[in-house]
Amino acid sequence: MSTLAHVFEAAGISTIVLASMKEVAQRIAPPRTLYCEFPLGRPLGKPGDADFQTDVLRRGLELLDAKEPVFVTHPDVIDSEETPMECSIPPRFDPNLPASVDEANGLRAAYDRAVAKRGTTSVGRCIDADAVPTALGVLQQWADGAPWKETPLPDRNVLGVCHDIRTYYEEAGLELVTGPQPGGRAAEAWYFETTEAGKTVMAARESLKAQEAPFPIWFYMAPAHRN
Amino acid sequence: MSGDATMREFGATTPVPEFDDPAFTPLGKPLTDARVAIVTSAALHRQDGERFTPGDTSYRAIERQARDLVLGHWSPNFDRTGFQLDFNVVYPIDRLEELAEAGVIGSVASHHYSFAGNQPDTVSELRLDTGPACAADMLADGVDVAILTPV
Repeated sequence: MSTLAHVFEAAGISTIVLASMKEVAQRIAPPRTLYCEFPLGRPLGKPGDADFQTDVLRRGLELLDAKEPVFVTHPDVIDSEETPMECSIPPRFDPNLPASVDEANGLRAAYDRAVAKRGTTSVGRCIDADAVPTALGVLQQWADGAPWKETPLPDRNVLGVCHDIRTYYEEAGLELVTGPQPGGRAAEAWYFETTEAGKTVMAARESLKAQEAPFPIWFYMAPAHRN
Repeated sequence: MSGDATMREFGATTPVPEFDDPAFTPLGKPLTDARVAIVTSAALHRQDGERFTPGDTSYRAIERQARDLVLGHWSPNFDRTGFQLDFNVVYPIDRLEELAEAGVIGSVASHHYSFAGNQPDTVSELRLDTGPACAADMLADGVDVAILTPV
């Protein structure tokens, strides 16, 4: 983002960067930076809070009055939540299926509701919702020690498939939240720490690592801090 | 260490491009007359639009009216549920429309733009090819100010 600011300024466009990584913005030094220490992925700070978002934009636009490069820090700090969001998961239905496959099947109604409500879904990078249980079945086999190259996922891009499974869960999970609106990473914590799918992904990741699969294949199956 | 702290620490030590003698373009008119665009690195695209591939250096133009937006970024290292709850937390298009309605800014650009944030370290394509092309698109639309939002 900060790099693009330099490119746009050179072309004659005034820019404002809402930066989320302080040191990166300081080192690339775009002309006008409003550093916002908000959860990564939420550069305007608060979903559903129009007044807060407008205030962030107004603070950014005020930087256009500066006569030279300017770096301003937003006074508020919003931390991510590292505890799982409050969300009930459907009970086991078919004990003959791997737990994560059964769980994914059980979440389908909530996922469909989310798609109907929003009119869009970010699932579909590599697989669609129909393929999520199948993909989890393969990941379970990897977790149980099956050779990953001989047991293919529905798409060869492991990162993309894992992304799609997680997105399926997060979009469904937001329909089932019983507590307050989840903060940054509360859904991530819910997925990786409490769902069968998240546990399966982490176990499959460990298995790939043990099988000496290439680093980029297994590492990006989960966020970097989940080692 | 928390997820965000881990990524911020990683960012603090990641190589970044250096710019000699960077440009500084003052806004040559009142903000109330300025045309404003949003440029995001969230790899947004329309539901039926062209997806981003890993390492994609290209960009998508998003029509001002479009709301069927998908977050196509490939990194697993940031929260996506904020976007699912309210896309304005990443792409504040409704807020921009309100600022234009209130007369704070002159007008909202006819198109806004989306890049993928996870770029090769040199970002040479961004600097020499797709970045300037995006700037040309904005200038053709009469854009004076670009607000850049990361994820």
